[in-house]
Amino acid sequence: MNTFYHTNLPPHLRILKDEIEGYAREYGLDFYETIFEVVDADDLNEIAAYGGFPTRYPHWSFGMSYEELKKGYDYGLSKIYEMVINNDPCYAYLMRCNHTVDQKLVMAHVYGHCDFFKNNAYFSHTNRKMMDEIANHGARIRGYAERFGEDEVEAFLDRCMSVDDLIDIHSVAIRRRGEHSRYDFNEQSGEEDPHANRFKSKDYMEDYINPPERMRQDEETARHKRDSKPDRGFPEEPEKDVLLFMIEHAPLKPWQRDILSIIRDEAYYFYPQAQTKILNEGWASFWHSTIMTQKALEPAELIDYADHHSGTMATSGKRLNPYKVGIELLRDVEERWNRGQFGPEYDDCDDLDTRRAWNKKLGIGREKIFEVRRVHNDITFIDTFLTPEFCVRHKLFSFNYQNQQGQFVIESREFQMVKQRLLFSLTNFGKPFIYVLNGNHRNRGELLLKHGHNGIDLKLNHARDTLVHLQKMWSRPVHLETMIDDKPTLLSFDGTDHTAQTIGESDENRRNTPAKTR
Amino acid sequence: MGQKIERDLQRFRKIVRGKVKSDLRKYISRGEMIGKKGNDLVSIPLPSIEIPQFRYGSKNSGGVGVGEGQPGQPLSNPEGEGEPKAGDQPGGHILEVELTLEELAEILGEELALPRIEPRGKANVVSEKDKYTSIRRVGPESLRHFKRTYKNALKRQISSGTYVPDDPRVVPVREDKQYRSWKVTPQPESVACIIYMMDVSGSMTDEQKEIVRIESFWIDTWIKRHYKGIERAYIVHDAVAREVDEHTFYHTRESGGTKISSAYELANKIIDSRYPPNDWNVYAFHFSDGDNWGDDVPKCLEILSKQLLPKVNLFGYGQVESPYGSGEFFDHIAELAAAEEKIVVSKVPDRDAILGSIKEFLSTGR
Ligand SMILES: [Zn+2]
Repeated sequence: MNTFYHTNLPPHLRILKDEIEGYAREYGLDFYETIFEVVDADDLNEIAAYGGFPTRYPHWSFGMSYEELKKGYDYGLSKIYEMVINNDPCYAYLMRCNHTVDQKLVMAHVYGHCDFFKNNAYFSHTNRKMMDEIANHGARIRGYAERFGEDEVEAFLDRCMSVDDLIDIHSVAIRRRGEHSRYDFNEQSGEEDPHANRFKSKDYMEDYINPPERMRQDEETARHKRDSKPDRGFPEEPEKDVLLFMIEHAPLKPWQRDILSIIRDEAYYFYPQAQTKILNEGWASFWHSTIMTQKALEPAELIDYADHHSGTMATSGKRLNPYKVGIELLRDVEERWNRGQFGPEYDDCDDLDTRRAWNKKLGIGREKIFEVRRVHNDITFIDTFLTPEFCVRHKLFSFNYQNQQGQFVIESREFQMVKQRLLFSLTNFGKPFIYVLNGNHRNRGELLLKHGHNGIDLKLNHARDTLVHLQKMWSRPVHLETMIDDKPTLLSFDGTDHTAQTIGESDENRRNTPAKTR
Repeated sequence: MGQKIERDLQRFRKIVRGKVKSDLRKYISRGEMIGKKGNDLVSIPLPSIEIPQFRYGSKNSGGVGVGEGQPGQPLSNPEGEGEPKAGDQPGGHILEVELTLEELAEILGEELALPRIEPRGKANVVSEKDKYTSIRRVGPESLRHFKRTYKNALKRQISSGTYVPDDPRVVPVREDKQYRSWKVTPQPESVACIIYMMDVSGSMTDEQKEIVRIESFWIDTWIKRHYKGIERAYIVHDAVAREVDEHTFYHTRESGGTKISSAYELANKIIDSRYPPNDWNVYAFHFSDGDNWGDDVPKCLEILSKQLLPKVNLFGYGQVESPYGSGEFFDHIAELAAAEEKIVVSKVPDRDAILGSIKEFLSTGR
């Protein structure tokens, strides 16, 4: 698929690119070299189906995505405006049939993303040569398909993709084989603080960033590890990186192990993008809007621009649009820091009129949002900067599922409520926490996972189907501790049958005396 | 479209077809595919094609949305409404997949092991040579075109650098394989007509008409697959018969008695005037609850064997169960069917029986 990268930018787009890139630099954006490819709508759908990487390994699910995207495009329901790849150089795609004003806007937006990729802390460990890496992954997997059979490789990919989200998003970067020695039984553990590593957060954030269950477990296992050396569990601490655990301990063939590592590599590469969706899109939108309205827009293009811009910012139904929330919150931050609407004095002021008129003319807003783009992810961004005023102005509300009525209902417009719901939906990307408790459960080499339950039960049919995939990888029976209707429950799959048993005793006792669970 | 995505797309389509096939009985008995027919496409709800992952259920869940509304007010479109979507990658739910009627017919044919229809008529001459010139990328192993497949594999291995001259093994993968195809729509000149007849007297219930509608849809889909052109005629009857359009056919209720011969007579007239059997492959299907005026039976059988049978490829009689009717017509026509291979009779007591009934009708290959 290298053909995609041999297209030269036609002269009129080259001129545009130079112009927009110039503005971006004037504003202080800082990015790797950016290469624009001009493609047709159909190519763009294909590239998007592969998550931006046309050389990606073969799998039917990409065909499925493609069909969805194509249908959306053909029916005029959706259109991909922009696609940027975090890589050095950055790659971005322009749709051939777009008007000049659209091309300008997309370019400006792209430079925002490229700056974000390069400078945001959560991207600092991503592979900047991912274009090559993914082509290499694709070649390896195609090679395995030739040697070991396409159906077999595809079936294994299905299993891997079923668990590709079970990585440790709290780790700074992907742990490499050999870099760590967690399961090295000769390891001398040094001085360890029994207080688990804790992401700094405010009290009400605690639940989201550091699930109490996990904190407790971490501390407990750390103490356990220190006090009773000989009685080590396996793993010693609950392992959030389930993929790594499988790579190291599941009875896989070498090619399977390699494929699973590929899936894990790609998962770690992609997760910062999910982690910063609001901020990243907000940042890119902030810059396309700033560059377009202040510099690049010809008067005649105004209508088209307004059209396109409001198209991206539109909210469908009552859905929260990350572009919209992101750009508005950034604008809000910029303005507040320009006017000095922050700090103890401002926070303590109760008079609404005084607050509204507050202006210390500090003019440090731009500086502030550059800092925000450097150090924040969506959770910390929302946590730090969402204000009651913002929620009212943008009509945010929280909703919840009414179990009886079987539908979602507006719950509240109260600030703390909205904020909590929003943070929860961003925590772990809105996915449940799953970790490995024991790889030698019941002393029979069975796999015991735990769902860190935080108020919401798992979707059971999916959980069972996922256990099937895990069991095929692990070979021995697999179990998942979870809660169903407030009852601790053990879901098991032994290769033939599913069972769900209510766990009689508390988790606490259970984990300390695993023998009792028999 | 790039070759690469084409391959992944074909693979996906194959999985879809496999799922539809394995759930065919369910889809048929629920009548899910009908009524969504637009042009030549059928939409099918297929929720289970996603790759499963650990996910939250709806219970106790929530999120944040924007806009007007008071607390307590339901969100118009509950599914995922307002939830910030995590993840940059496309994909997710496919709730509806589309199949062409042709694909659907093939699934039906495979699942029921239906013989392909051999149309008759003068326009049927197609030379043997034509039959196998078509090459496809999917097909049964028995029809694999070895030379082409091998050549493809070789080409691919050379270009991808996996061909080692010292170890000249060539291993074909799915994308290399090519098959001789029987697909060439056989006898492209042939045309067919299907005459549907139904008893609409008071004893037929709505549920029974629905069964007829579902069964007819599948019969139609299969027969259509084998002909270049197809026409249809619809006859409803109680004591008298009349020709109607498709919609009226399924939505008429009469209160009179039942004289099946009236429908057979009208069918015969329609064939003579519009579908001369020399030019047309004629199919006739009659659905009833088996209730008929006693003295009408001999007349029915007479018209059937003397007039209709010589002119049709196939005459199908499907009897739905009726709480009111005697159902005795079945025995009479079954007797005739035993001697006449062009007649197929089938009972369709409920929706679950539709699939078996379709198989009975279409297993003749006529
Ligand atoms: Zn963007």
